Amino acid sequence: MIKKAWFYISLILVVGYCLSPLLWQFITSLKPDPELTRLPPVLPQTPAISHYTAIFKGHPFLRIILNSAFVATSTTIFSIIVGSLAAFGFAKLRISYKAVILGIILSVSMFPPIATVSPLYIIIRALGMRDTWWALIITYTTFSLPLSIWILTNFFREIPDEIFLAAKVDGASSFSIFYRIMLPLAAPGIFTAAILVFIFSWNEFLFALTFTSTEASRTIPVGIALFPGLHEVPWGDIAAATIVVTIPLILLVLVFQRRIIEGITAGAVKG
Amino acid sequence: MTSRESDRGYRFVAPAIVLLSFITVYPVLYVFYLSLHRRLLIFDLSRFVGFENYLFLLRDDRFWNALKNTVYFTLSSVTLELLAGLSIALLLNRQFRMKGLIRAIVLIPWAIPTVVSARMWEWIYNTDFGILNYITGIKVNWLGSPVWAMNAAVFMDVWKTTPFVVILLIAGLQIIPKEIYQAARIDGAGNFAIFRKITLPFLKPVILVVLIFRTLDAFRVFDAIYVLTGGGPANTTETLSIYTYKILFQTLQFGYGSTLSVVVFMFTGCISIFYIKAMSRGVR
Repeated sequence: MIKKAWFYISLILVVGYCLSPLLWQFITSLKPDPELTRLPPVLPQTPAISHYTAIFKGHPFLRIILNSAFVATSTTIFSIIVGSLAAFGFAKLRISYKAVILGIILSVSMFPPIATVSPLYIIIRALGMRDTWWALIITYTTFSLPLSIWILTNFFREIPDEIFLAAKVDGASSFSIFYRIMLPLAAPGIFTAAILVFIFSWNEFLFALTFTSTEASRTIPVGIALFPGLHEVPWGDIAAATIVVTIPLILLVLVFQRRIIEGITAGAVKG
Repeated sequence: MTSRESDRGYRFVAPAIVLLSFITVYPVLYVFYLSLHRRLLIFDLSRFVGFENYLFLLRDDRFWNALKNTVYFTLSSVTLELLAGLSIALLLNRQFRMKGLIRAIVLIPWAIPTVVSARMWEWIYNTDFGILNYITGIKVNWLGSPVWAMNAAVFMDVWKTTPFVVILLIAGLQIIPKEIYQAARIDGAGNFAIFRKITLPFLKPVILVVLIFRTLDAFRVFDAIYVLTGGGPANTTETLSIYTYKILFQTLQFGYGSTLSVVVFMFTGCISIFYIKAMSRGVR
């Protein structure tokens, strides 16, 4: 009985540890400005949504959210298309030095972004792509490829070869087998990879900071990091903004936690 | 399988290979080329200087300071994450109600953007109105003090990335056969003995994987500290990535900045090789 009590107490502590910073940010976002510089009381005396209205009125915040949504969605689509093609090739087709090529691709995920940011900046500037969505989409798609390829290769491998061979005997081309048979069968894997790629592109900061310069293409992390303040830091507005951009992620986690956990562990434990 | 041309997978992997070559491999070669030049972006000036930048780096105190900070950050955050992650993983690896919900909650810090987490903690650490000073009843300028700033960053990183460690370790715990535990219990082994003799050895490969991912991530830390402290106070939280970024995009010295990039790249390469060796030794 006591053991059980301890277990639940520890559980509550863990949940509190994970959630309390976020909760404090939420409380802050509901406090009108005069209350922010008073502590105690901890809870807002006159809760107000003024910070939430302020970020959408005074700042290009909506535009920044749309940028992020477009960049993250496009990246996810491209990464899945290119990644699933490659994964199908690696899992089911003949490629010489397959293991070596796959190993090199995976090692790319260990590249520190700071090591490639200066040449990429020069290339993007030369191509006239600075401060555009495409600079980010192309970069993110590429840097997310090792992850998509790895997750999807594992999924394609689990589909029995017989299915592939039977379709082959019936005279189907590799591409139509991929498109008509393999892709639908690997749907859960595609979904898993898509969620992880989306979260990665929604959260990425270094490339977004260097490749964007105005709200034409600025994404959420850059917008939050460079949150404008005239004289002092607008803590209330920042709190509201962080809550708004975190909500989609919390929903993703609550709804798809199984898929996300599967994605995180896919490579690590099997490999 | 026949060896007809259509069986070959090159057409399928080609788009991925092309993208990876242009956007990751080519820049890595290019960054090395840049590192051998003196190049100032504003004047479009570029001159080949051989290894001069590398020699300068050896005498650059700010580089050594950044390296020291990076190593401190990496060692302390990875150690704490592993300990916290192991405790939470052992706790959650049981049968209880609402397990799915609790796991989802544990994942939340991992899913939110690092920049958001940095902004949150910046407010928590605030000297005058921060909840941390209010709860502890002391008045410390966490982010303004050379003693505390780096530890504050470490603590934030531990909060943010422990979930990742937890998820991997739980997966590792689940593949340990239940029968082994039962047999040990029958033999009268205590909790600690079971943990030391069964759980840890079984978990070792997964722990190594956790260490690889976390060490590499911590070593290239940028967003978290850049937003939390900007590298201050007095460069006490300036890590290699932050120093490199400042040289590249604030002073626009693309030559020397690229030299720093190459050095960061070499370090991560060495870390990866070290772990991969450790792993293949473990397999044998």
